[in-house]
Amino acid sequence: MTGTLNASLAIDGADTDPAAWMRRREARTRLALVGMAALLAASVLLSVGIGALAIPPLDALSVLSARIGLGALTDHTPVQETVLWSLRLPRALLGILVGAALAVAGAAMQGLFRNPLADPGLIGVSTGAALAAAVVIVVGGALPFGLGMVGRDLLLPLAAFGGGLAVTALVYRIASHDGRTEVATMLLAGIALNAVAGAAIGVLVFISDDQALRDLNFWLLGSLGGVTWDRLLWAAPLMLGPALLALVLARPLNALLFGETEALHLGVDVERTKRLVVVLSSLAVGASVALTGVIGFVGLVVPHLVRLTIGPDHRVLLPASLMLGASLLLLADLLARTLVLPAELPIGILTSCVGGPFFLWLLLRRRGLGLW
Amino acid sequence: MRPDRRTGGAVARALLLAALVLGVGSVTSARAEGPRRVVSVGGAVTEIVYALGAEDRLVAVDATSTHPPAADDLPDVGYMRRLAAEPILALDPDLLLLVEDAGPEKVVAQLHDTGVPIVTVPDVPSIDGVLDKVRRVATALDMAEAGETLAGQIRTAHDAVAARLEGVTKRPRVLVMIAMGSGAPLAAGAETSAAAIIAMAGGRITPDDVTGFKPLSPEALVKAAPDVIVVPEHSLEALGGAEAVLSRPDLSTSPAARDGRLVTMDALMLLGFGPRTPDAMATLAKALHPERMAAR
Repeated sequence: MTGTLNASLAIDGADTDPAAWMRRREARTRLALVGMAALLAASVLLSVGIGALAIPPLDALSVLSARIGLGALTDHTPVQETVLWSLRLPRALLGILVGAALAVAGAAMQGLFRNPLADPGLIGVSTGAALAAAVVIVVGGALPFGLGMVGRDLLLPLAAFGGGLAVTALVYRIASHDGRTEVATMLLAGIALNAVAGAAIGVLVFISDDQALRDLNFWLLGSLGGVTWDRLLWAAPLMLGPALLALVLARPLNALLFGETEALHLGVDVERTKRLVVVLSSLAVGASVALTGVIGFVGLVVPHLVRLTIGPDHRVLLPASLMLGASLLLLADLLARTLVLPAELPIGILTSCVGGPFFLWLLLRRRGLGLW
Repeated sequence: MRPDRRTGGAVARALLLAALVLGVGSVTSARAEGPRRVVSVGGAVTEIVYALGAEDRLVAVDATSTHPPAADDLPDVGYMRRLAAEPILALDPDLLLLVEDAGPEKVVAQLHDTGVPIVTVPDVPSIDGVLDKVRRVATALDMAEAGETLAGQIRTAHDAVAARLEGVTKRPRVLVMIAMGSGAPLAAGAETSAAAIIAMAGGRITPDDVTGFKPLSPEALVKAAPDVIVVPEHSLEALGGAEAVLSRPDLSTSPAARDGRLVTMDALMLLGFGPRTPDAMATLAKALHPERMAAR
């Protein structure tokens, strides 16, 4: 990681004592991690505390204590209880899980492909999920008796999850040969399959009626709304498990930054790392997309934000991305559900229209500082 | 408020209707029964609430509720297929009127679970569908009697047009065209609300070999050869006005362009299957069968 080292040295100016530099760097990293944990905690509190319905903090505490069997503290209303417990809490948890899953998957993908443009969608999981969802929305809507409301409601996330995994498996299969997976082939196969799936979605859009078209559009923009506890409990292990497991890939991913051959010489099982990154990312992202639709930008930008603040070491990059991704998605959702009350914005609009300019500003500032 | 008999017929009728609506409204607001905080989702459903004179009970409507214009000033809970649970609950409603297509399903399920009374109103594109909507909305508002009155008026207005159209054999081919963004405009095919209202007005939809609203190729439009073109008001603006529509290369050879037969009306009136459906029918019938609709 000499390149990074030099760059970081340049940040710290004329300092040439490596030991002192390392100490300062570690202190800064710790500070950043604590800051991100604090941001996540604050985001959770804000998400649970703010919404269309006014629930003062004391009433919120009262709802929680009533729910865990300690009895109510204030005379909170049943509506407050429903909103806090059945709407806001599962939604906030979903936001944490999805944000964390997307950001960690994005960080791992960028590490694996050694490409700053990589995002979780690159291996086809998002497009595959979108294609399967489009089939359910368009074809399912056209069947007169085939799918009732409830049937479609369940079928949509299941199909999206399966579709995402199927396309990813295909991408991986194409790039694998004699027990080796070529990362460059995987990237190109991902782009090609994304294009094919995009075309298939185009066909579905073409044959869909007005209502299915709107449904599909909204689905493609993503939303955290409508999640229930049982659905959350089903999907949580699928998102949280892979996201946490991915953290142990920090060392192999660090080694991969030097290149595959170098990583191999450092004793890293490169093929196993590739397989794990692909499997874990597709599970986490597939489950996220299945519940929320496509939420863009988080997986691409959050790892970059972290790298810009605390550098490319995956041992901190992965956990920091996890926390920052969760926080940013929670805050984006907070805006999405409060800006246009009593209606709600699709969250994909928020993540892109707030995230995009902010990211550009960071890039420009970095250039202004002469850091590249 | 009484209609002045010396004024013109149309004005008198309008005043009479207004008086009726106001009368019904004042009677019901005097009774403090039925739901008082209603969220109405679906353009036709909201129109019915207004026609029943119960608009003072509305606390919010959805984005498709565009008529009467006053409905646009009410808080807007968003597009009817993209509802959110908490903002609706925060309005503290005691009744949710949802047209059957309202969604997403999971949010409707969440709202159900909170115990807020929900009445789902089926959306069937026929006169019986309209009457059924009126009765269901009225019953939900605890105004069944006013509902019967309104349903009776709608039925009468419908029957008057239907009677004039009885036995039509020559059914003009009607193209219903809707602008969608910058892409090719959509044409209504078979099995659409547009096809239903056109049939009720004594026409037949063209093209009838596609179902739903579809973007049509220019050649398919030429082949459709409509006798009359119907364009909702908003779409007419988007398409550049009546002249622009009739001089489109793919329509300029049609009988409709030759005779300048283009009808435009509010989209919700045309396709909503609400209280104004007989009006939509009459307007269309005048354009399709002027000889039958002329005053006798």
